[in-house]
Amino acid sequence: MDGISDAQTPTERLSPASAIESAVETRALTRRFESLVAVNQLTFSFPRGSIFGLLGPNGAGKSTLIKMLTTLLPPSGGTALVAGFDIVREPREVRRRIGYVSQMLSADGDLTGYENLLISAKLYGISRAERPRRIAEALEFMDLANASTRMVKHYSGGMIRRLEIAQSMLHRPSVLFLDEPTVGLDPFAKQAVWKHIRDLRHEFNATILMTTHDMQEADELCETIAFMHQGRVAAIGSPAQLKTAVGPQATLGDVFIHYTGAEISDGGDLRDVARTRRTSQRLG
Amino acid sequence: MSHARGVPASVSDSAFPGIDYARQTLAVAEADIRKLIHDPVELLTRMIQPVLWLLIFGQVFTRTHAIPTGGISYLDFMTPGVLAQSVLFGAIFYGISLIWERDLGIVHKFLVSPAARSSLVLGRAISSTVRSLCQMVLVYLLALLLQIHLHLSPLAIVGVVAAVIFGSAVFSTFSLIAACIVKSRERFMGIGQVLTMPLFFASNAIYPLALMPIWLRNLSRVNPLTYQVDALRSLMIVGGTTSFGLAPDFAFMAAALALLVAIATHLYPKIIT
Repeated sequence: MDGISDAQTPTERLSPASAIESAVETRALTRRFESLVAVNQLTFSFPRGSIFGLLGPNGAGKSTLIKMLTTLLPPSGGTALVAGFDIVREPREVRRRIGYVSQMLSADGDLTGYENLLISAKLYGISRAERPRRIAEALEFMDLANASTRMVKHYSGGMIRRLEIAQSMLHRPSVLFLDEPTVGLDPFAKQAVWKHIRDLRHEFNATILMTTHDMQEADELCETIAFMHQGRVAAIGSPAQLKTAVGPQATLGDVFIHYTGAEISDGGDLRDVARTRRTSQRLG
Repeated sequence: MSHARGVPASVSDSAFPGIDYARQTLAVAEADIRKLIHDPVELLTRMIQPVLWLLIFGQVFTRTHAIPTGGISYLDFMTPGVLAQSVLFGAIFYGISLIWERDLGIVHKFLVSPAARSSLVLGRAISSTVRSLCQMVLVYLLALLLQIHLHLSPLAIVGVVAAVIFGSAVFSTFSLIAACIVKSRERFMGIGQVLTMPLFFASNAIYPLALMPIWLRNLSRVNPLTYQVDALRSLMIVGGTTSFGLAPDFAFMAAALALLVAIATHLYPKIIT
């Protein structure tokens, strides 16, 4: 990707060859909630093997977009290819190839770490012969081997996030969706999660799409960043390209304000805020 | 191309899709059963209600001889009703766990997995039946203490187990549908309260259909609880009889279950929107 492309101009139709190389490719993807257009005629793509960051104010449509790409929410219009499969026509094929760590806590606090992984392995149809190796490997990789028999409700926030990422990687997805993976974590736990996300990409050659409100996180981890605003992609490019385009001394925070026109602390309805606080509270 | 659209090496693309389906259904149930093993207190609190019904209500009403029971004692007559009721009351609130897990984010994890939606619904029904079978054991122990005249042949017990499984699966799936529609815990508790008493009283659990006014009798005839109690009464109690016959009883419960699972499968993904 060279330069900043305005993703909203009627996009050049991607050739089939590039569609295969794309981890995610959306085509006029739209989602309406009654009169609100949460995601508006979105057309963008990003290549396999990269870490892609989705940024934008609360209510910009990031979570709605992720819910559609992970087949949790049907689009009102348009479609998308994820790992080469159509989210509307082939949702089960998509589900077999993706991992998803939601903004909320998807690990089950009333089970042990091992049990959480075991249930995930079974849900993804990993064979009985393969299960113990995969689970041991995941525990080892996420530094949780010593805590595997403890109840997850006694884990720290960072451990829970690492367990959730481990669960989402057991079936070796080709695209991993991380919705605010470090929300509510202290700086030290954040660093640990970042390290694991980087390692994951190298170890398993997964494409990672993550949302975040943390500009430092986006800068550190993502090769490509898209800023969403009012259901559209306002800008897309590498962190360096985006910053240069705004000004010589610009930070990603400046880029954010430039493209979304929003104060960083602004926006988000009661439900968003309540959910984030609940998550933070449980992680803390 | 094969790299682009190929199945990830790890995920089984089993030649027998039924095996994957069964494995996923049981995984959903297993998650819940493991939680029950970690914390079985719930099973004990569920025991309180049948104890009250049999020890207080039953002891008083068995002296009145006001209710025609077909030649058996009232306590014998009501015991299958109390078993069915404890299954009903446990299962009808089971849907709230779906709302709770939705609020936590656990439901999302199941919905992004390749497991079929119907296996997610059936898995929950199975975990509800496991709870109900534990209740059944406790009701039997209580009934033995009260010297109720139980059929204890293996065949009779297998029949009772089957009736308990069907009843629990039917009402827990019904509860799941209610949860998918109302979506919030507060509203669900309200609905649960509104549903349980009519289901219980518009059935033959503690009095026979013959005693009912005609409108209530008609209502009872479309209530799955009636068929469950009818089957239980003849299977469980020495001298107990069925009004409809065992085959029609089980056929009605099976049909109700199939219909409810179909509806729940359709509604389940909407719990998160």
